[in-house]
Amino acid sequence: MDLFFQQVLNGLTLGGVYCLVALGLTLVYGVLHVPNFAHGAFYMAGAFVSFHLMTAWGWPYWLAMLGSAACVALLAVLAERLVFHPLRHASPLHPMIAAIGVLLFLEAAAQAIWGADFQRMQSPYTGIVDLAGVTAPVQRLLIIGAAFALVVIVHLFLTRTVTGSTIVAMAQTREGAALVGINANRVAMLTFALSGVLAAVAATLYAPINLVYPAMGHLVITKAFVIIILGGMGSVPGAIAGGLIIGLAESFGAFYVSDHYKDIIAFTLLVVILSLRPQGLFPNAAR
Amino acid sequence: MMRLNAKLGWIMLLVLGLVFPFLAGNDYHLTVMSTAYIYVLATLGLNLVTGYTGQYNLAHAGFMAVGAYTVGILTVDYQVPFWIAFVLAGPVAALLGFFIGIVSLRLKGHYFSIFTLCVGYILFLVIEKWESLTHGTVGIIGIPAPSPIGPLTFDSPRALYYLVFFFLVVGLWVMHRIVSSLLGRTFMAIRNGDDLAESLGINLMRNKLLAFMLSVFYAGLAGGLYAGFVRFLGPGIAGVEHTFDMTMYMLVGGIGTLLGPVLGGLTVPWITQTLQWLQEYRFLVFGPILVLLVIFVPHGIVGSFIAWRARKAAQPHGSGHA
Repeated sequence: MDLFFQQVLNGLTLGGVYCLVALGLTLVYGVLHVPNFAHGAFYMAGAFVSFHLMTAWGWPYWLAMLGSAACVALLAVLAERLVFHPLRHASPLHPMIAAIGVLLFLEAAAQAIWGADFQRMQSPYTGIVDLAGVTAPVQRLLIIGAAFALVVIVHLFLTRTVTGSTIVAMAQTREGAALVGINANRVAMLTFALSGVLAAVAATLYAPINLVYPAMGHLVITKAFVIIILGGMGSVPGAIAGGLIIGLAESFGAFYVSDHYKDIIAFTLLVVILSLRPQGLFPNAAR
Repeated sequence: MMRLNAKLGWIMLLVLGLVFPFLAGNDYHLTVMSTAYIYVLATLGLNLVTGYTGQYNLAHAGFMAVGAYTVGILTVDYQVPFWIAFVLAGPVAALLGFFIGIVSLRLKGHYFSIFTLCVGYILFLVIEKWESLTHGTVGIIGIPAPSPIGPLTFDSPRALYYLVFFFLVVGLWVMHRIVSSLLGRTFMAIRNGDDLAESLGINLMRNKLLAFMLSVFYAGLAGGLYAGFVRFLGPGIAGVEHTFDMTMYMLVGGIGTLLGPVLGGLTVPWITQTLQWLQEYRFLVFGPILVLLVIFVPHGIVGSFIAWRARKAAQPHGSGHA
């Protein structure tokens, strides 16, 4: 039974990280209808900026996370202004390819600045807690706690504040939002900034138990896409539920099926679910 | 007049391709050109499903890898003669495409692309992890060169160049027949609007599936050629970055045109060659170029040329003769 709870803990850790990444991706999709392939590069940039702030400038962990969130938010807004804004009237194919261009550029830039090597990020939280037989590294508990706190904050922001509601309104109908005087440019920038913050925080939380390298965003972003397809693209509750489902499925799959093939599990799950239900798990979402 | 021009252009390209080995300074140039041809052949396939039918398949490099590994596994592990294995490369990719197409083509637009992105990852991971079949990360070493056909032998770079060139010309000719037929018009109707195409009585699923299978057949064929040409295979060729490369070729040349993938697929590798010092940092340059192209030249070289000619013809003092 202890082993079972161990897997639940691991699944929640993964799920928390996936939730944050998928949340940013789904918000951007909801507002701009762009599958932002560059989101994985934002995630990678977030980890590298934190890493740099901590090792080269000696900033403490949490301050580095804030600094990295601010940097990546700025990066995301720049991408929106320079790349996606000029393409808002183009065919659906073109913003997708432009996003790939941004992704390739950011990865090459990270490699040019920090090199292609794997880096290890130190965290001040290296202890291990024993919870009734389940050993839990503090960093994992921290990820779970911080990720879910952030998800709740984002949810409150979207539902309880006027600024947040403008994002939801834009996602529901563009024309309707414009009619009631919502500034589409402002909302687009705000959404990209928010997605950048979420990606940077997720990366900084997860990096200490993983590694930092230029291609680190690939698998995470692809899994985030799986999550938002399962949850319905543009749906916030869908992203959270999907993130947890994939996180737990991977953790249990790695333990009970095969550790060797654990990265395939998410994709196989997607293929199986979409073969049986082309409308996804949450058919109410716009498609 | 226009038709004649196009024909003349193609014949000139054909002649250029035929005399290239005599103009090339060394074998290295021949190798670069042959590799470029192989990727052009694969890009022709991607262009059929993306440029003509409007479905952006991000697993295209994965299908190319399937064709390549078909040849690699059969020749190295089962001692199947090269040409028999090679003939199977396209059909194996197309068969896999049939099953993946049935599932993935029920999804539209972005959903299809993201789904195929995942399919590409599955193909890559399977190739990397299934060591007993694919040799995993070690890769397949010692694939035999294409065996001689009668008096034709393929042991020199020049002979291999002509072999690859032959398949490219055949591939282009078949693609020309496809896109200028009713079938090609059907694909374009689907690209221009699912609903309108369906209301014209076009069976969406059947035609999309056909386009998809034809497209991955090209990828598989190109993969088979790659296996015989490079004679070493690693899981890397299934990587999505190769699909990105082909996307760039298609976009630079002109998406949804026959000549586009050829122009893009030949110019971009040669630019990369001259920028050797960039090596792995080439995307510092190509990433922004891709973005600028998409924003300012969305129809590529060929598309922009056609638009320019149309504008010129529309001017009152333009050529009056037909």
